[in-house]
Amino acid sequence: MTIHLKIWRQARGAKDGKFHDYTVENVAAEMSFLEMLDILNEQLVKKGEEAIEFDNDCREGICGTCGMVVDGVAHGTHAGCTTCEIRMRSYKDGDTITVEPFRASAFPIIKDLVVDRSAFDRIQAKGGYVSTNVGSAPDGNAQLIPKSDADNAMDAATCIGCGACVAACPNGSASLFVSAKISQFSWLPQGDAERTRRALRMVEQMDSEGFGDCSNHGECEAVCPKEISIQNIARMRREFVKAAFKG
Amino acid sequence: MSKILDAKIPGGPLADKWDKHMIDNKLVAPGGNRRKFRIIVVGTGLAGGGAAATLGELGYNVLNFCIQDTPRRAHSVAAQGGINAAKNYQNDGDSVYRLFYDTIKGGDYRSREANVYRLAQLSTHIIDQSVAMGVPFAREYGGTLANRSFGGVQVSRTFYARGQTGQQLLLGVYSALSRQIDAGTVKMFPRHEMLDLVIVDGKARGIIARELITGEIKRYEADAVVLATGGYSPVFYLSTNAVNSNATAAWRAHKRGAFFSNPCYTQIHPTAVPQMGDYQSKLTLMSESLRNDGRVWVPKKAGDTRRPNEIPENERDYYLERRYPAFGNLVPRDIASRAAKVECDQGKHAYYSDFSVYLDFSEAIGRLGKDVVGDRYGNLFDMYREITGDSPYETPMMIYPAPHYTMGGLWVDYNLQSTIEGLFVAGEANFSDHGANRLGASALMQGLADGYFVVPRVVASYLAGADLKAVTTETEEFKAVENDVRSHYDRLLNIKGSRTVRDIHWDLGRIMWDKVGMARNKDGLNEAIGKIKELQKAFWQDLALTGSADDLNKQLEQANRLGDYLELGELMARDALMREESCGGHFREEHQSETGEAKRDDENFMFVSAWEHQGEGQEPVMHKEDLSYENIEVKTRSYK
Ligand SMILES: Cc1cc2nc3c(=O)[nH]c(=O)nc-3n(C[C@H](O)[C@H](O)[C@H](O)COP(=O)(O)OP(=O)(O)OC[C@H]3O[C@@H](n4cnc5c(N)ncnc54)[C@H](O)[C@@H]3O)c2cc1C
Ligand code: SF4
Repeated sequence: MTIHLKIWRQARGAKDGKFHDYTVENVAAEMSFLEMLDILNEQLVKKGEEAIEFDNDCREGICGTCGMVVDGVAHGTHAGCTTCEIRMRSYKDGDTITVEPFRASAFPIIKDLVVDRSAFDRIQAKGGYVSTNVGSAPDGNAQLIPKSDADNAMDAATCIGCGACVAACPNGSASLFVSAKISQFSWLPQGDAERTRRALRMVEQMDSEGFGDCSNHGECEAVCPKEISIQNIARMRREFVKAAFKG
Repeated sequence: MSKILDAKIPGGPLADKWDKHMIDNKLVAPGGNRRKFRIIVVGTGLAGGGAAATLGELGYNVLNFCIQDTPRRAHSVAAQGGINAAKNYQNDGDSVYRLFYDTIKGGDYRSREANVYRLAQLSTHIIDQSVAMGVPFAREYGGTLANRSFGGVQVSRTFYARGQTGQQLLLGVYSALSRQIDAGTVKMFPRHEMLDLVIVDGKARGIIARELITGEIKRYEADAVVLATGGYSPVFYLSTNAVNSNATAAWRAHKRGAFFSNPCYTQIHPTAVPQMGDYQSKLTLMSESLRNDGRVWVPKKAGDTRRPNEIPENERDYYLERRYPAFGNLVPRDIASRAAKVECDQGKHAYYSDFSVYLDFSEAIGRLGKDVVGDRYGNLFDMYREITGDSPYETPMMIYPAPHYTMGGLWVDYNLQSTIEGLFVAGEANFSDHGANRLGASALMQGLADGYFVVPRVVASYLAGADLKAVTTETEEFKAVENDVRSHYDRLLNIKGSRTVRDIHWDLGRIMWDKVGMARNKDGLNEAIGKIKELQKAFWQDLALTGSADDLNKQLEQANRLGDYLELGELMARDALMREESCGGHFREEHQSETGEAKRDDENFMFVSAWEHQGEGQEPVMHKEDLSYENIEVKTRSYK
């Protein structure tokens, strides 16, 4: 099939960019969305034009590297799936697809579709961990954890840190990402001692990075490729309020 | 002149070697002394991230580099199935010795006893450590940790977190790293690619790296360098590895004097989604754990094009169960991969392509119900459906072997030190623990054992004893290496040819897969060496690149890596040609038993090859490390 694309191009360091039109022929149904972009890049390089930059790595939906807004939706309109997992069979011959970067004030654009998500690392550094030194751990079965708690922790831990939640949120909030991490530890006995400090410091850092507030739009949950539940945000709020109360 | 390499294995009984070694090792006292030492760790996967976090926690001054935009995305994140540990929680007879034994046998008696024993010993601590860090491993209703089994073993010793074990272990590492970044002991350099190693007075003292966003070339000096840069499967172009996995750091270190060992030992994983078209960028793995409940079969009749559900039971050949009754579908990867090739070569394959076989869950679904099967493998089934459009709940999956893991890597001694003093190599980037074949769920184990436990000890001991003169990035050696790096880029950008990086890489991949893949022979290998040389020429004469070196430029990054794959690919073929035997992932067609099994030659080939670079255009020289098995009886490997 033939696919028409409107892709956002922006030079590094430039304040703004614009959409360019491209056409890719002979797109096969089994191709992934990124493979289709690879083919386009091949064409561009052969013509002596610069390839379109987009972040990608595992191409299996687990590393969280890729991410772009496809037809207005972060990671595209196919629910529960990252951009690299989209297959071209969900499009028709002659379709036009619009592709642009994740847009959020806390995610500056680096070039074309590549954005800077390092704010997530700075939030994580404020407490997204259990402070335990290597080599001093007790036996793994010393503390029993009910299966349902472990499963709930795992549900939250599934977040891949892609940032789609931020891009989808009208306020540019990072609440889903931050709450997923805080929730994971709130289900586990490990790290309980740092509960208060974790909630306070991570939320403070999130605010200071320029992410907006959460006003319960639910857009994040709708686009999340790992279907992380918005209930985590409620848990985060409870953790934060308790922590703020304790001081 | 071939020299015999000394692995510096400590004396004494196998079970005491590591503990005794730690007592004998020198230590650096905490506080100011440790802070004074600066250590570069390249890589943030389980091995690199684990090492950086632990060294930081001990108080060293650590610089940690990775290619991705954040350490949490290192390729380890993609591991699906699980991690082994000799905990014997299932009371099914597991022990440190059994894990050691299985790993040595799995590796076809081509790995080092002392390293493997240490790995088995440390495995139990890894689980404890990860649990303490909040890694949400799967649990039983009673609250204890759950286990499953993997290929090549008869006990259940694999710990897992759904189908995302690598992700959860890596997030554990990343969180430990984050804690140290906050504490200021680890300085993180994401989107930085190491391009060369700087050696001063024969010792590794720094690296040259390129900041991938701005293209800036930078120098970093340190007292020791740890490479934990992963494997080199993308030499085959199509592999299960992440797109950014590459061999550059190891290869450049090799060209500076680090010996490269067993490059021909590559693992072809039996259960990947078959190749679909020539536009494809990678192959997707379907975890080996699927073989716990999935049964592998092909039609009995060659050329049968019926859909799987139309083929009656008695016309199906469950060839693994038939050929290997004791292990059945759970034979190790090299055996399962080759068996699939044998069937497909005879024209017996799934309808979909000449290179695919069935992995069927209908029996398991009948026995356990759809819910239980979905609980175990749901995310893999979803992934498969996403790719192929078919649901494995209704029709059998189609799978075929794919390049997956590289057992070869830089040569290291027991202290994980390469042949360059002060250069340590950990995780998949080194060669030491898996021999000619790696059993499932043991790479994560090695990554974390090296990262959390081995590197911190051996590097400390090196620093305590090393006589290091002061160097700065203004030292002549740094300038010279930086110049080399710059001229390499100039050369690449000035070719201005017509063939894209992908185009040339695809050709290399075909040569490697056809001639240096699942089965090799002398003529094919010689042919491969010739063809790779031609392709190297084409690369340097006809490469098309756009953009510049001082900008974010993925094409340029990939071109830089491809140049190294072309050289490494040639060495892989040479190594395979030299090794006149079959073992593990290395199958030489000339050396097989009457029933088509791999035939080792222990008399002549019970050694590790270690190649020394001799300069551009010169043939490399091979050195040997003889292997001896004192604690294990060397047997013909049988899974019948
Ligand atoms: C799809 C898949 C599934 C797997 N499943 C399992 C499993 O279930 N169980 C198991 O035990 N094993 C599994 N493996 C194998 C296992 O994941 C890897 O062997 C292991 O994670 C390697 O870890 P590592 O730390 O050595 O390297 P990696 O995780 O590959 O990390 C390499 C690091 O080095 C960095 N790097 C590389 N080159 C440079 C450079 N030049 N400059 C700067 N940084 C650089 C990268 O950015 C990255 O941070 C799987 C592998 C694949 C591909
Ligand atoms: S919550 Fe979902 S969308 Fe947001 S970062 Fe995590 S996985 Fe990505």
